[in-house]
Amino acid sequence: MTTTWNRPLPSIAGETKPFWDSCRRGQLVIQRCDDCNEYQWYPRGICANCWSENIQWVQSSGRGTVWTYTVTQQNRTTGFAEMVPYVLALVELEEGVRMFTNIVDCNPRDVHIGMAVEVTFQTATPQITIPYFKPAG
Amino acid sequence: MVDLRRAAAIVGIHEHVTRYSPDKSELQIQGESVIKALADAGLSKNDVDGLFTASSSIRNSGMNLADYLNMYPSYVDNTTVGGGSFEFHLSHALTAIAAGRINVAVITYSSLARSGGVSVGTGGVGRFGHPILDPSPDSFEELYGLTTVGLYAMIARRHMHLFGTTSEQLAEVSVAMRHHASMNPEALFRDPITVEDVVNSRIISDPLHLMDCCIITDGGGAVVVASPEVARNCRQTPVWVLGAGEAIAHQGAGKRDLIYIAAHQSSPRAFEMAGVTHDDIDMAMVYDSFTITVVETLEDLGFCKKGEGGEFVSGGRLKVGGALPINTDGGGLSSNHPGMRGLFLLLEATRQLRHEFDGTGRQVPDCKIALAHGTGGALGSRHSGGTVILARD
Repeated sequence: MTTTWNRPLPSIAGETKPFWDSCRRGQLVIQRCDDCNEYQWYPRGICANCWSENIQWVQSSGRGTVWTYTVTQQNRTTGFAEMVPYVLALVELEEGVRMFTNIVDCNPRDVHIGMAVEVTFQTATPQITIPYFKPAG
Repeated sequence: MVDLRRAAAIVGIHEHVTRYSPDKSELQIQGESVIKALADAGLSKNDVDGLFTASSSIRNSGMNLADYLNMYPSYVDNTTVGGGSFEFHLSHALTAIAAGRINVAVITYSSLARSGGVSVGTGGVGRFGHPILDPSPDSFEELYGLTTVGLYAMIARRHMHLFGTTSEQLAEVSVAMRHHASMNPEALFRDPITVEDVVNSRIISDPLHLMDCCIITDGGGAVVVASPEVARNCRQTPVWVLGAGEAIAHQGAGKRDLIYIAAHQSSPRAFEMAGVTHDDIDMAMVYDSFTITVVETLEDLGFCKKGEGGEFVSGGRLKVGGALPINTDGGGLSSNHPGMRGLFLLLEATRQLRHEFDGTGRQVPDCKIALAHGTGGALGSRHSGGTVILARD
């Protein structure tokens, strides 16, 4: 099946390129500071906690829980307009940081706060693979 | 800190009554509003030395507004932090006036969101055309179909989960605002509504219904702020600035508990500066983009404890005659919401402190001190909070 991705695509900067490269390999990576040991999300070129530049990419377990969510019934943006209803969520990873995502591969009615989820990937273009979350198996 | 209490006053206001103006430009609405607000104060074009404005639609809004008005202000502030921008402007004007940089500032805003067909709440990232995302944070967020409503709905869902807040409690906010709108001839929607009407309206982004969301209108207005020396010679009773607090809330590198909003930071700053307590506040103008915004804001302003907002907004407490009347113009939920509503909070607080509605049900009796809190952006990702406390003599 040939599909054309009609939802927005990310732009990639030098500081975020390792993240998108990892996604293409099916790995979710986040950052941890070598100086203060804090994890951070979203990826950036400095440690948001202590402003050190000694940050490392580390592999996340890819597991987490739903911190909060909403079932979106209306979005005028092309791509999302056809997707409703969909679940927009903040997932708290086991490493303690929260990231925006969609909860996929389930009935939106079954999503609840505290629900265990795990990362899954969807190829948007040959260059871009996007992480989502689904109920933990 | 230097004592800034009563170092500046609101001396002139104008609300453009339009809710739909396809034949006017945004700059024209601002121009008309500035002229009328200065007339309200008894001041003229040549008295103005500070120009404050924010817009999500006018490019280079400060420069273009100065050009349109053919003014050469010596102080320009274009701080744009969403709907709460104008509380920030008042805070900055206070400081500039107290420092002697300027004597008279004009704060103005307009938008044609309704006649322009802007899907403010549910447009998503594509509402201004084909989106090109910034590398961050957009590229880690907008891929997932964020909408403004959705970002507030997520916090509403979390609030319900933690504290047992109900849709019926959120609906009480809409009902109270509509009650006030019924007394405002300029309000877009004036027919009374019930809690059942709200919870039976269609879901936009669960758990928020259509009637949990603000309306979309055109509109605009202006506020004139002046030094005490100027204020004493103005036509109107001065409305003094007692205190101001500003804050930004964001995701804190993925770790902030966003159940606490920016008001949690800005409110103590404003109250400390003003030297008043919550019991001194006669009425409040609380940004009501959504019903949950009001619940969260009242908690984090400190009018009730975190988690008790749902109960606090119930039982008519927010109506004139209740313990804390808010948004006596009908708010963004029923009167007007052109996209950045913070300016209108200053207008209605000023009207209440001037006792403009004496003898009607809209007037908060013996109103001496009012609070306005503007929220801009989205509770679920990042937003601004500007708290100002105002008083009459």
